Amino acid sequence: MSRPEHLAPPEIYYNEEEAKKYSQNSRIIDIQFQMSERAVELLVLPEDTPCYILDIGCGSGLSGSTLDDQGHFWVGMDISKAMLDIALEREIEGDLILSDMGQGCPFKAGAFDGAISISALQWLCNADKKHHNPVQRLYKFFSTLYACLSRSGRAVLQFYPENSDQMELITAQAMKAGFYGGVVVDYPNSTKAKKFFLVLMTGGNMPLPKALGTDEDSQGVTYTAKRERLKQQRGKSLKKGRNWILEKKERRRKQGKDVRPDSKYTGRKRSGRL
Amino acid sequence: MKLLTHNMLTSKCMKGVSIGYPLAIKALDIRTVEVDFNPEFVAKMIPKIDWTVLHGAAESIGQTDLPKEVVDNYENNEEFLKKVHHVLLEVDVIDGELICPETGRKFPINNGIPNMLLNEDEV
Repeated sequence: MSRPEHLAPPEIYYNEEEAKKYSQNSRIIDIQFQMSERAVELLVLPEDTPCYILDIGCGSGLSGSTLDDQGHFWVGMDISKAMLDIALEREIEGDLILSDMGQGCPFKAGAFDGAISISALQWLCNADKKHHNPVQRLYKFFSTLYACLSRSGRAVLQFYPENSDQMELITAQAMKAGFYGGVVVDYPNSTKAKKFFLVLMTGGNMPLPKALGTDEDSQGVTYTAKRERLKQQRGKSLKKGRNWILEKKERRRKQGKDVRPDSKYTGRKRSGRL
Repeated sequence: MKLLTHNMLTSKCMKGVSIGYPLAIKALDIRTVEVDFNPEFVAKMIPKIDWTVLHGAAESIGQTDLPKEVVDNYENNEEFLKKVHHVLLEVDVIDGELICPETGRKFPINNGIPNMLLNEDEV
């Protein structure tokens, strides 16, 4: 599939026609909805308290609807006027701002309890204009985002990295801005359901949440099991054991040598009563 | 644009602006939209918002109901919370301008959406 960020800058790509899809195409709506639900889950907001959330790249406000459903208040920012117009048509609850995430988040310090972003971050890796520098724009975005989150607030950003370099570039800039955290990959073994969530934390380093669709087994073989397997691969038994003696006798028999027959006493230890 | 959002907005992303807060409002069209009253949220936001800025902004668009100071024990004062709720969430600036206090740069508000996009030379 071609990547939209290769075709045109976001404010051009998300024109009226493309924006309409986000209010009519049930498949797009469904995927966006699932991703936003997962993102909110990863935010780990305090239960039963209404929070104030920033939605970066809110588009037509599909992700905002998830926040509404859970009783939170939100502010959305997006660079595409057409997408925001669709959001207004959908009569969403949140407030909207036309703004470029690469120019920073224009909010005062500690304004939000958390931030989410669905499929927006990868746009920052492109230089759409002559004066754009992706590294600088990413840093500006992350540093201003860090400032406008309250202490212990989290940001969960779902994105589609093009390659591992892009992922490294993004995480490196986020860490440089002061965030802790990393990337959680849901369903890593599936091509379609695989989703990347950059989970950023402000207050100290905490363990990353567990990704969905990963089995214990597929995570890797434990150390001892690996040793056992290697031994079997080599095809030799533990030296001095009964198996080793039996194998050795068999080998010598094949060589035509004179070998005592196997019995129940073969390879047995002496009783010590001799 | 609600006044709650205005209370959080700055123009500090612009080159040469250090604080960029508060932005002045020049409102041409104001509407009142009904929003469900959530006392818990309003009480939670009061310590977060800059009261003087909110009071000033509310007065500049003709909402004079707010007291100058936050009243004591506001968590249990439903009448006060309702007033704050109305100003914070129900008053919507549909058309107008936001003005940066340091550079005088104007950010237009169209259809309730403030346009905070910066030009090449302002970043």
